[in-house]
Amino acid sequence: MKLWDIDVRPDGKGLPEGSGTVAHGKSVYEENCEACHGPNGQGGIKDRLAGGQGSLATENPIKTVGSYWPYATTLFDYIHRAMPYQAPGSLSVDDTYAVAAYILNLNGILSSDGTLDRNTLPAIKMPNREGFIPDPEFREVAKPK
Amino acid sequence: MHHKADSRDKSNLSRRRLLTASAGLFGSATGGRVLADTLADVPRREVGAPLSGQSDRSKYVHITRIPQAGPGVRKVDPFDAINSKTPLNKLVGAITPSDLHYERSHSGVPDLDPGKHRLLIHGLVKKPLVLTVDDLTSMPSISRVNFIECTGNGWENWKRADENLTVQNTHGLVSTNEWTGVPLRFLIDLVGKDHESTWMLAEGDDAAGVDRSIPLTDEIVNEAFVAYGQNGEPLRPAHGFPIRLIMPGFEGNLNIKWLRRLKFGDRPWMTRWETARYTQLLQNGKAEQFQLRMDTNSVITSPSGMMEIRSGYNRITGFAWSGHGKIVKVEVSTDAGVTWKAAELNNPVLPKAQTRFQMDWEWDGKPTKIVSRSTDEKQNVQPDRKTFIDQVGTNALFHYHAQQTWSIDSAGRVRNVLVTKRWRPRLWLFRWYPWYMHMTSGGRRRSKR
Repeated sequence: MKLWDIDVRPDGKGLPEGSGTVAHGKSVYEENCEACHGPNGQGGIKDRLAGGQGSLATENPIKTVGSYWPYATTLFDYIHRAMPYQAPGSLSVDDTYAVAAYILNLNGILSSDGTLDRNTLPAIKMPNREGFIPDPEFREVAKPK
Repeated sequence: MHHKADSRDKSNLSRRRLLTASAGLFGSATGGRVLADTLADVPRREVGAPLSGQSDRSKYVHITRIPQAGPGVRKVDPFDAINSKTPLNKLVGAITPSDLHYERSHSGVPDLDPGKHRLLIHGLVKKPLVLTVDDLTSMPSISRVNFIECTGNGWENWKRADENLTVQNTHGLVSTNEWTGVPLRFLIDLVGKDHESTWMLAEGDDAAGVDRSIPLTDEIVNEAFVAYGQNGEPLRPAHGFPIRLIMPGFEGNLNIKWLRRLKFGDRPWMTRWETARYTQLLQNGKAEQFQLRMDTNSVITSPSGMMEIRSGYNRITGFAWSGHGKIVKVEVSTDAGVTWKAAELNNPVLPKAQTRFQMDWEWDGKPTKIVSRSTDEKQNVQPDRKTFIDQVGTNALFHYHAQQTWSIDSAGRVRNVLVTKRWRPRLWLFRWYPWYMHMTSGGRRRSKR
């Protein structure tokens, strides 16, 4: 069941043992992600990952990990389950922490000598953490306990 | 002889009269086109094609989905497509044929062997279970006709209207099928869900492992089901074979295809598809989240974008649907939203299913705009474009459900446009422009001299 039970929550529940540094993440990124997402998380053929902070209320909002995503745990979960597109699940846990660290670093959220693991990742407060309004119909259900 | 010839002439004449009369009747019903050359040309009947294992479409019928990408990104290679749209303009009735049900996949269509596929149900439950497809098909089942709509349906028209779009381009991400499967409530009882579990994670077995958090409201627990059947046969691979979740009335993305896991918890997981995607960015930079219900909607499918009509009789028809329940009223305006008339609804009108509407119309040949608006049983009325955009802005990307307007020019060409009834009075104000100029700046300029 452990192999199937891959989901990660904002409180860190589901995060596996392991760790990764920004420095290592840069090389993981260049090898596995840059072809689609561009150098430094910009200018690729697929989703832009970095920049765009302050653009959400403008005519041309730029939604990236740094400008839009409310939880850093979602970044680990998504890379772990769905990336790289052609070979999802092929990155090791350490490489996944590392590349998540590098993407957060590109957005100015984690310092260049930063490390992520199951304790430090959920503690990160994303810039757009307060940017979401749960639908009134499900607000009470949506309330985190 | 003479007499015979006379009687033959007479019968030919009466036949000609009948033909003329019927040509006139049907001709008016199809905008002046004559249906048959003459009934005297009796076609030779021949033994047809041999019986076969399945029925294909007639060679005279050309009806397909179109693979597309994001807003404005059409005519893409299927490899680059992210969705494939239903030809609403070529459908009749309310049910979408299985092979034409719209498709939205995030990492391709997986090839899943039903003999090896498993559904894991676990989390805050007393008895976690692993079920096979055979386990599911042997359980008590329900069948339900309901629409599924991609949350991105309508997204071509957020910022501007490309006048070259058909209704397949603008609204082709909604379809209605009969789905058969096991009620979620039955599975919940089977595993013994804990009382403190208020959310459920549903996860697919596609490459991306698409997953969504689902609030366990009474409505959802009572109506959701794990489906293995589509229009009377096993699911098509593009639509989730061997099993998928059906969430009547809610975002298409919640109807997780290729379902492999249901996990019960006490809060949402905040997956990528409910944070980075499928959230609606408002003008103030904040975003609506968990706006899961699909809104009250309708669209005229004929006449619609890129069609050409003739003056005189035309039949207006289209679809209405709402994630809130049944459609109770569809109104159609043929004068750009100034006056409205109730359309007929075709039976059966089912909750959370596409409903066919139709209305007779005599077009006087003058340029105009036609538009429909629906009302559902919870009294939600589909908003006009201006009211809708005033509320949510133009950056929301998802949940577009404003009234769709088609313009018709004097040549009968039907085109996609963005206008509201509120535009007319503003144009009318220009009539006062000379007077206004005279009374204000023009007058001041004169007095300065």
